Amino acid sequence: MKLSRWIFGLMVGMATVNSPASDAGASESDAGQIRQLREALVQLQANFERVVREQQAQIESLKQQLAALQAAASSAAPPDATAGTAPEAATPSASSPAAVSDRRWSPTDPIRFGRGSAYADLGLVATVAAGGSTARDIEGGTQLGGHDPNQRGFTLQGVEMSLQGAVDPYFRGNVNLLFGLDGDGDSLLEVEEAWLETVSLPGNLQLRAGQLLTDFGRINTQHPHQWAFVDSPLAVARLLGPDGLRNPGARLGWLLPLPFFAELSLSVQNSHGETAAPFRAGGGHHHGGEAEELPFGFRHADNDRGVRGVDDLLFAPRLAVSFDLTESQTLLLGASAAFGPNNSGADGDTRTQIFGLDAYWKWKPARAHGGFPFVSWQAEALLRRYELGAVDWDENGNGALDEGEVEDAATGLPAVLGRETVTDWGFYTQWLYGFRKGWVAGVRFDFVTGERADYERGGLLLNGEPLGRDPLRHRRWRVSPNLTWYPTEFSKLRLQYNYDDRRDIGVDHSVWLQAEFVLGAHAAHKF
Amino acid sequence: MSMVFCTPNRHGPVRLVVAALAALLCVGNALAKLNVVCTTPDLASIAREVGGDRIEITTLARPNEDPHFVDAKPSFIVKLNRADALIHGGAELESGWLPKLVEQARNARIVSAARGNVRCCEGVPMLEVPATLDRSRGDIHALGNPHYLTDPANARIVAHHIADAFGQLDPPNKDFYAENARRFVAALEAKLLEWQRIMAPHRGRQIVAYHNSWPYFAARFGLKIELFLEPKPGIPPSPSHLANVMAQMKERNARVILVEPYLNRRTAETVARDTGAVVVEVTQFPGGVKGTEGGYLALMDYLVNTLARALEATK
Repeated sequence: MKLSRWIFGLMVGMATVNSPASDAGASESDAGQIRQLREALVQLQANFERVVREQQAQIESLKQQLAALQAAASSAAPPDATAGTAPEAATPSASSPAAVSDRRWSPTDPIRFGRGSAYADLGLVATVAAGGSTARDIEGGTQLGGHDPNQRGFTLQGVEMSLQGAVDPYFRGNVNLLFGLDGDGDSLLEVEEAWLETVSLPGNLQLRAGQLLTDFGRINTQHPHQWAFVDSPLAVARLLGPDGLRNPGARLGWLLPLPFFAELSLSVQNSHGETAAPFRAGGGHHHGGEAEELPFGFRHADNDRGVRGVDDLLFAPRLAVSFDLTESQTLLLGASAAFGPNNSGADGDTRTQIFGLDAYWKWKPARAHGGFPFVSWQAEALLRRYELGAVDWDENGNGALDEGEVEDAATGLPAVLGRETVTDWGFYTQWLYGFRKGWVAGVRFDFVTGERADYERGGLLLNGEPLGRDPLRHRRWRVSPNLTWYPTEFSKLRLQYNYDDRRDIGVDHSVWLQAEFVLGAHAAHKF
Repeated sequence: MSMVFCTPNRHGPVRLVVAALAALLCVGNALAKLNVVCTTPDLASIAREVGGDRIEITTLARPNEDPHFVDAKPSFIVKLNRADALIHGGAELESGWLPKLVEQARNARIVSAARGNVRCCEGVPMLEVPATLDRSRGDIHALGNPHYLTDPANARIVAHHIADAFGQLDPPNKDFYAENARRFVAALEAKLLEWQRIMAPHRGRQIVAYHNSWPYFAARFGLKIELFLEPKPGIPPSPSHLANVMAQMKERNARVILVEPYLNRRTAETVARDTGAVVVEVTQFPGGVKGTEGGYLALMDYLVNTLARALEATK
């Protein structure tokens, strides 16, 4: 108020100065003075308006803070106190402009979690697929991944709930739970991840413990909604298992003191259970598998013994390095391995070794808008050496061939399979091109094969039929072009075609349409 | 860093040696520059004004890059791992890429509760804070519009935040930082008067923006930026929406379109051709457009003068 009065006074003053000057006929110096005064006035006015606006903004923000404080105070106070001793707090700000946004929660309101107003960020990603295939054995046949489309018609690939936040000053926590339906329509719940991680361990170390995705390669540490294709790559699903590698355990990661990014990590986890398929889970069945399905390598998995010693754990070291090739190109390279026991044969001393190499390259120009355009390339190669234990198919010891037993064609008696190590390998390579905002075209090539093992060399029969090559290890390849549309970061639609060539089985064609949406917090992703 | 170690000691030769070593350490510390990582170049420019030659600055987002969609490159993890301070906008501008980087950086000095984590939006009167969180309105930010540094008055708040943090992280240079901040704010206030004088004739004018990055700028200079080429924040322009915008532009005599370097200039030019408008390339970041490399004040100079010229030309 003071300032405005002062300006008013100045204006009156100027008016009185102005009139005699014009009467007398303005001299040059007068005109100059008037110009100066006018300029001063404009400046003062601007200054004054700025002050007023700032004060208004301050008043507004103070009002809002006050209303928020009142609302907080009234909700914090016990209900009887609110009703009795503080009536003004019970009707906090009916007349204030902030009343709508700061009113108290009522039981009919939806519960909302948001950054800054809750202790954890809650997010939900739901993925559904529709489509069909010329193959009759879709689940576990053409589609190896545990969350791939598993039948003609519709598949709920998963509803993934994630919760994350700071636990206390020392740890942060992360939980990912996946709800789904299997091919028969039965509900399932998977604990994908549930871990805590240190915030401030010395020596550039970081320790994560709980249920975790094994830090092996690239696809394995990503949740399915981060994948650029409808389904899991063949090599990953066959060699690491339908659900990939994940188990309770711990991971210690060390950021090397180098000028570029280099991280060395070691994961130690349990080696049993269906989410450690190439270790002590007996083969490649998802969610227990079909009862009539034969075990991997025609060996019974009959030594599931839990953990007896350190040897029974799964060890997975990994080295990842990254370089910025140019301002707009980044390369990430990784080498991984996983070692642990498997439970094939009767002895219980057989082991599996898996080695992997992975690469990811991305180009995104500086002037990209909303992340587009971009080009990326991702590839992984895996090699698995799986020790098969000796097994005598004459399990009941009667010396005669019984139904469902593998027969030695030379003798007509139950076969005795010797100990051997089988080698499987494969790779996938995929290109993505984000050609305009929200649109990504992609193509992936898959190849996986196994070297012929002794048990596949002939002379073995099952129900009178030669065993031949093991379909779980035989050569196959696949080409998958796809197109994805992201209306926003929170939804996507994806159309994918798979040309699938399986040796001895033949060619199959599949088309899948996938839809996905995000509710709640959308966690940032790693590069 | 504590000054306690630097007090003279009179208790025998061993202690003297220890004291000497400690003193050396202190000197080393005093000489070691604060290692500062800034998420965006506007924050980096203000940090430079405050920190002068006593800090090292690394900026993550490039000046012409879309600050909402920066890739979380692993090389950033290494930079954050070595940082004494992380200066970020804090109003969800960087929420798509910064949190995972900080998690992997293994640096307790910059986690959200640490003093080295400088959240610049604190105390800034935020605009467009949504009353309800509803993504059908586009990609909105729960804390309000994050582009608050387009109002120079908010740069004062940011400068004070940065000076406070630097002063606490590097006590021997506290006065240096405070004095730099004071000088920057004084220069800014003088400039602000000039900018307001330049923009004064254009008060109330309608301007079109591609993305809703300019409400703070509009409020400061009395402009009306109510028409956007994007139908909703983050949603690409559709032909029907553009037709509607063009009709509105003619009705309201809005003939200036603001486009940032990373947005689709062709769309804006098509609209401009059909409405007789001019496209003005603007940026929120020093260095984002030619002529803004000199820092935050140079950037605001450029914005005000370019816009005033465009408004004058389309009167």
